[in-house]
Amino acid sequence: MTTDANTYAMDEAVGETRLDRGTQGVLGKPLNRYEGALKVSGRAPYAYEHLAGEDVAYGFMVTAGIGRAKIRSVDTSKAEAAPGVLTVISGDDVLRASALPMAPAAQTIDGEVFHYGQPLALVVAETFEAARHAATLVETLYEPGQGRYSLRDQLDEAVNPGPGAMQPDNLRGEFEAVFAEAEVQFDETYTTPSHSAAAMEPHASVAKWDGDNLTVWSSCQLLETNVIQIANGVGVPVENVRLLSPYVGGGFGSKLGIGPDAVLAALGAKAAGKPVKVALSRQHVFQTTSRRSETIQRVRIGTTKEGRITALAHENFVVNSTGNSFFEPVAISTVFLYAGENRKITHRLAETDVLMTASVRAPGEAVGMLSLESAMDELAIRLDLDPIEFRKLNEPEVAPQDDLPFSSRKLLQCYEEGASRFGWQNRPEKPASRREGEWWIGSGMAAASRSHQLMKSSAEVELAPDGRATVRTAMTDIGTGSYTILQQITAEMLGLPPGHVTVLLGDTALPPSSGSGGSWGANSAGSSVYLACEDLVRELAKRLDVDPSDLTLKDGQAIAGNRQIPLGEILGGETLTGRGTIEPGKTAETTNQASYGAHFCEVAVNAVTGETRVRRLLTVAAAGRILNEKTATSQCYGGQIWGIGSALEEELVIDPRTGLLVNHDLAEYHVPVNADVPQLEVVFLEERDTAASLLAGKGLGELALAGVGAAITNAIYNACGVRVRDYPATLDKVLAGLPDA
Amino acid sequence: MREFAYSRAGDLEEAGRLAEEQAGRFIAGGTNLLDLMKLEVETPKALVDVSRLPLGEISPTEDGGLRIGAMVTNADLAADQTVRRDYPVLSRALLAGASGQLRNKATTGGNLLQRTRCYYFYETSAPCNKRNPGSGCAALDGFNRIHAILGTSDQCIATHPSDMAVAMLALDASVETRLPDGGSRTIALKNFHRLPGQTPEVESNLQPGELITSVVLPPPPKGRHIYRKVRDRASYAFALVSVAAIVAVENGKIASARLAFGGLAHKPWRDRAVEEALIGQEPSEALFEEAADLLLKEAAGHGHNDFKIPLGRRTLIAVLSEATKEAAQ
Ligand SMILES: Cc1cc2nc3c(=O)[nH]c(=O)nc-3n(C[C@H](O)[C@H](O)[C@H](O)COP(=O)(O)OP(=O)(O)OC[C@H]3O[C@@H](n4cnc5c(N)ncnc54)[C@H](O)[C@@H]3O)c2cc1C
Ligand code: SF4
Repeated sequence: MTTDANTYAMDEAVGETRLDRGTQGVLGKPLNRYEGALKVSGRAPYAYEHLAGEDVAYGFMVTAGIGRAKIRSVDTSKAEAAPGVLTVISGDDVLRASALPMAPAAQTIDGEVFHYGQPLALVVAETFEAARHAATLVETLYEPGQGRYSLRDQLDEAVNPGPGAMQPDNLRGEFEAVFAEAEVQFDETYTTPSHSAAAMEPHASVAKWDGDNLTVWSSCQLLETNVIQIANGVGVPVENVRLLSPYVGGGFGSKLGIGPDAVLAALGAKAAGKPVKVALSRQHVFQTTSRRSETIQRVRIGTTKEGRITALAHENFVVNSTGNSFFEPVAISTVFLYAGENRKITHRLAETDVLMTASVRAPGEAVGMLSLESAMDELAIRLDLDPIEFRKLNEPEVAPQDDLPFSSRKLLQCYEEGASRFGWQNRPEKPASRREGEWWIGSGMAAASRSHQLMKSSAEVELAPDGRATVRTAMTDIGTGSYTILQQITAEMLGLPPGHVTVLLGDTALPPSSGSGGSWGANSAGSSVYLACEDLVRELAKRLDVDPSDLTLKDGQAIAGNRQIPLGEILGGETLTGRGTIEPGKTAETTNQASYGAHFCEVAVNAVTGETRVRRLLTVAAAGRILNEKTATSQCYGGQIWGIGSALEEELVIDPRTGLLVNHDLAEYHVPVNADVPQLEVVFLEERDTAASLLAGKGLGELALAGVGAAITNAIYNACGVRVRDYPATLDKVLAGLPDA
Repeated sequence: MREFAYSRAGDLEEAGRLAEEQAGRFIAGGTNLLDLMKLEVETPKALVDVSRLPLGEISPTEDGGLRIGAMVTNADLAADQTVRRDYPVLSRALLAGASGQLRNKATTGGNLLQRTRCYYFYETSAPCNKRNPGSGCAALDGFNRIHAILGTSDQCIATHPSDMAVAMLALDASVETRLPDGGSRTIALKNFHRLPGQTPEVESNLQPGELITSVVLPPPPKGRHIYRKVRDRASYAFALVSVAAIVAVENGKIASARLAFGGLAHKPWRDRAVEEALIGQEPSEALFEEAADLLLKEAAGHGHNDFKIPLGRRTLIAVLSEATKEAAQ
């Protein structure tokens, strides 16, 4: 038994593994959610629900009603005198907003207002209602500043932000010269608005002190860095802080960094002398956490007459607030999706005095592919090529930027499978040619791709004398199915019925994990659990004196040669612990790793009003091994629905006069409702990517969003001949180009 | 939310008395008022809960119309057999509004008095003449995509968000009330809501403490009933433009036309001139265009909502075509 970390770096592709044998036959199966029954019966406590029944106080944030200012004074006396109020936390140490993912801490306000809605203080009171009312009594005097609220006005000041999720510039060959000479030239500019992740569960924290030790229950995605952010924000050593996020009601990137609630709850609890609960109101979630940058994207593509891309440029402007260098990696997929010798991909970051921008589900692809995949459609039409044929013509053999081989890439198969299932050949050939009553009918497609990432992650698996296993890792389940797939991996590896595997997540007292983000969670945490299980298998094999590869584990029995022994017997009353740590390795540098897919969509556009209804939406995806068909399909449904939102509805409106995020509630920030979503269809292609992870799987959660929106706007064009390049395609924009009803 | 006194009225008399004594506001389903109180857009010192008053009946009137108690929920009203048979425009309008959960709570009286969804009205740090008279109107030069194009003033360009009230206006409904002094009166719905003018904070012609007891519909009008709501998503969004139409065609000519509009103005909008232009005429595209021109003659956009003018025009024409389609053949 190894007691050391059992660390494995992904330096080369794995061969066949125990998972491929599938002896127990549970991995990949559409098992119901591990925690499903708890959730539907209200027994899975979300952050705010902890310490139920205990003597706690409640905090409510005071936020700025101005976009940019110096704070002259914050007068808390009236609030402190209000009934039920225990204390008011204010001053320069209050955090501005969420922390950026991986950053050491959120920035403090330092006597300034950097954006409309910025937290200024926390009122702590005996009841939530008392705190919320007293928050309106805090009086702030400002020295108003000159705010910058519009990306368009800041283009001249935009800079190269330096490396982030990708290199800001990816240049190859002579783009300008070759484009200028190209037989066919395409040059269009697209815009996408700011988005809010708008997770169902608002950011919330409960903080409790025990001497110098702090326990925080919060709604977080990346516990390892979140606990550091809390410790730094509160000003205590990280060893003194325990962070728990056993259940998270969606994060979509907005919980990669802590929200303002976590540190304020801790400071409030210290001052009040009892545990404090802080839940953001829905308005706070929109105004004080983080958001996706609005973008301006120019796409230029030069091709031969036959449609071969010779020059490809995707130049982007995005924003963030002062001191935040994160930039939306708009063209992250453009780097490798299509061939073309001469390339120019750039990102320039402007500063505005608006809530900071950060990752929102599928950062980059979610908005970058709205334009790239629209451009590919526009160009195909101009070239008189079927959009699929045009894409096939430009399918690269190796990654076009750096000539790396693809670790796996079934994009062509996705097109083919999708086209035949969807009936692509039956689509209207010309725009505005198919009509059903008042509705124009059209179809569109788009490619999907999403870079794969593996992150360092550790796990422990314990095998108890009764032959049952317990998985421990500080991984989070943000509604994706982490609990379930880790149970399945363990059951498969150790030959146990899934019900014999307990999974413990979301606690910094457990082995450190990658957490959930960037679609890396399942394969990173899953690989660490795989390693921990292998560790156990080795020990079992040793005890039976066989080679691990000759040991078969099934239904709680070890089978070796002609022997069959219950696990409990091998353990002989002992508890075994396996450990595993996965690390990214050389395969990440020697291969280009990404998941792929294709979306096919049919829409109806109302000839009178310009309203669009999505009638059919099919996604075919290839993302390596699928760990649970049901939770994977659910991830894709979510992505498709987000795609509908980004195409047709979602827009966080910034008032250019004041920086106010205008539509900061769910009545006016529109996300799709059930009636907007047709019967969705998701198909997975069989694939193993042995360079991507030990599980031979790739990231999936964000793939299904990448490109969906463009399939929809391409379908709108096919239906009625209107091309919307300023997202979202609300009815007013469609109406403007509609032929007479 | 500010602290407030709460009392529940057992009967009409008590409701009136409590409202008067405490300068209290009525609360029915609470789906609008409570939201506004949480944000302190509204800060009543006292609430008088009228939700248990015996005003939950839908009953026929002597002249063949229908009396709808103020506490009848939107869900029950939409599902009522008589309403569905005789006043389908109302049932459709109700079902086009809000969500199932909200309709279960929302009442007939509360729906009439729901307040605008103007973003700036909801944001207490923004200037808004309706919330804080004299502070200015942030929407006028701000983001005004959902705002009014008819009957606006330089003080306020908000819309009335109700779907139900639009259908009721087309049905020539009237509102029955109980005055604080115990008297009662009937207000035609067309005189119930107000345009913003210089006092956008005053939205209806009710007196303080005046309780809506019922809405009365005249006998069902002849003709085809249509409610068409155009919005940003298929459900759970307020109308950008809505049209309630009851149109009868006899002998190839339009015999009667009742048209009311939502999403265009500070109140449900009805324009008799448009109806008169249609009555007695043969349905035709040209006629409908003329009607739409008449409706929108004085319409003015404020930037983001400019599209409501062509949208209103196209929607009205489509509704009129549908309303007269087979009958014209
Ligand atoms: C997210 C959301 C979406 C919505 N979408 C729509 C939509 O698409 N279409 C639509 O039409 N509506 C929509 N609504 C609004 C909904 O219809 C109203 O909130 C509801 O009708 C109000 O009724 P209530 O009984 O809850 O009123 P309350 O909130 O109880 O009261 C509203 C007002 O009416 C007064 N009041 C209530 N009853 C009486 C009475 N009998 N006499 C005198 N005054 C009274 C109160 O004092 C208060 O000022 C939506 C609401 C929400 C929250
Ligand atoms: S339109 Fe009316 S409600 Fe909106 S901000 Fe202006 S005054 Fe207020």
